[in-house]
Amino acid sequence: MAETKGKEKKEEVVDTIWSRRDFFSLAGWASFMAALGLSSLYFARLLFPRVLFEPSPVFKAGYPSDYTVGAVSTKYIQDQRVWIVRDEEGIYVIFGLCTHLGCTPRWLNTESKYKCPCHGSGFTKEGVNFEGPAPRPLERLKISLAPDGQIIVDKSKKFLGEKGQWGEPGAKLLV
Amino acid sequence: MANKAPQIPSIAEFMDKIKSGKIFSEIAKEITESQLWTSSFRHGYADTPRNRVLQIASNVWLHLHPVKMHRHALRIKFTWCMGGITFLLFLSTVVTGVILMFYYRPVGEYAYYDLKYLQYDVPFGMLMRNMHRWAAHAMVITVWLHMFRVFLTGSYKPPREFNWVIGVFLVTFTLLLSFTGYLLPWDQLAMWAVTVGTNMARATPFLGNEGPFAEFVGVTPRYDARSLLIGGSIVGPPALLRFYVLHCIFIPLIAGALMIVHFWRIRKDGGISGPL
Repeated sequence: MAETKGKEKKEEVVDTIWSRRDFFSLAGWASFMAALGLSSLYFARLLFPRVLFEPSPVFKAGYPSDYTVGAVSTKYIQDQRVWIVRDEEGIYVIFGLCTHLGCTPRWLNTESKYKCPCHGSGFTKEGVNFEGPAPRPLERLKISLAPDGQIIVDKSKKFLGEKGQWGEPGAKLLV
Repeated sequence: MANKAPQIPSIAEFMDKIKSGKIFSEIAKEITESQLWTSSFRHGYADTPRNRVLQIASNVWLHLHPVKMHRHALRIKFTWCMGGITFLLFLSTVVTGVILMFYYRPVGEYAYYDLKYLQYDVPFGMLMRNMHRWAAHAMVITVWLHMFRVFLTGSYKPPREFNWVIGVFLVTFTLLLSFTGYLLPWDQLAMWAVTVGTNMARATPFLGNEGPFAEFVGVTPRYDARSLLIGGSIVGPPALLRFYVLHCIFIPLIAGALMIVHFWRIRKDGGISGPL
């Protein structure tokens, strides 16, 4: 009985889109969903802290004269995961991160190549991939000279060979 | 005080009781007619079909089960019981995992040594850790076999297609549980496995900094799917803590909720599918 009465009343009001009850119900759900959505955004942002307690990406790597022409220096592979290579033109830094799945390759001096122990990718002395599953060359990192004459390596700036960035300023220190 | 000396039965009489099994009914009678028992339980349980149904239907834990089963649902050759075994293994990992949590601290300095402590200095610690590990490995295998069986028997077809999709989510969460748990030993194997695994997140479409369409979203190595997972740019202590929370709280809760739906839908979709 009560139900049919309510229906009759509802049908009388025809000049509104929503009944008062529908409006409040909708408004309630809308504000609930908005609050939930906003909180989710807060949470997503919370997962990216402003400060990271990680080693600095920048380090000093001695003087250019420490490196011999035509040699691959493994001096910093243990601590900084980079090789420093000097050719006739200058010095460049190769990041010791296999472009396949991220293991650290090894520099094999006798075979003159970087070889990844995980899945067998091989790279030439310049860092170009030539065997195994690695899809692209090893990445090079930014190199510059400090006022005191020492080499500065910045690992946060990468130069990708497949994008032709090895010729860009900062990819090679001309000496 | 009627101090009647208790009748001590002869040894032969006593042995007879044991042999004939009468001793059990006598002990049972002694217990169920004691004041403690009768005052606790008030009345007996009549094992009638109606009561059996009520037992299932009115119990919060058991009501997800069907009150009656088809005979074919018990045929091990048809179901391999793989879903049930998977759930049993999940429960084992929950119990042993909670026990491990009493000792394990997800902190860079402690995690590995807590593990060694658990293994070598905590009684039954090695057992708990290995049970957790092997149950987890086994669960990955059985969940695939369960999926394989469901596929072979065509049990994914309507009206069970919704439950198949729930199952696909469950197999994904099983693998994620396995992957997040893999980092927690905090040894070289864990570090590199997770390094390789999370490097794949770089290639996520839209959300990974090396993935397709990344340039439209504007993600950087510092703000992308990978750094969200490991809480930084390298697999370090923040990654350990994140994986721990995901492994112990987040994924088990979601997987548990999905399991409830999964089991309930088996019943609603007409029970375990039968041979054609």
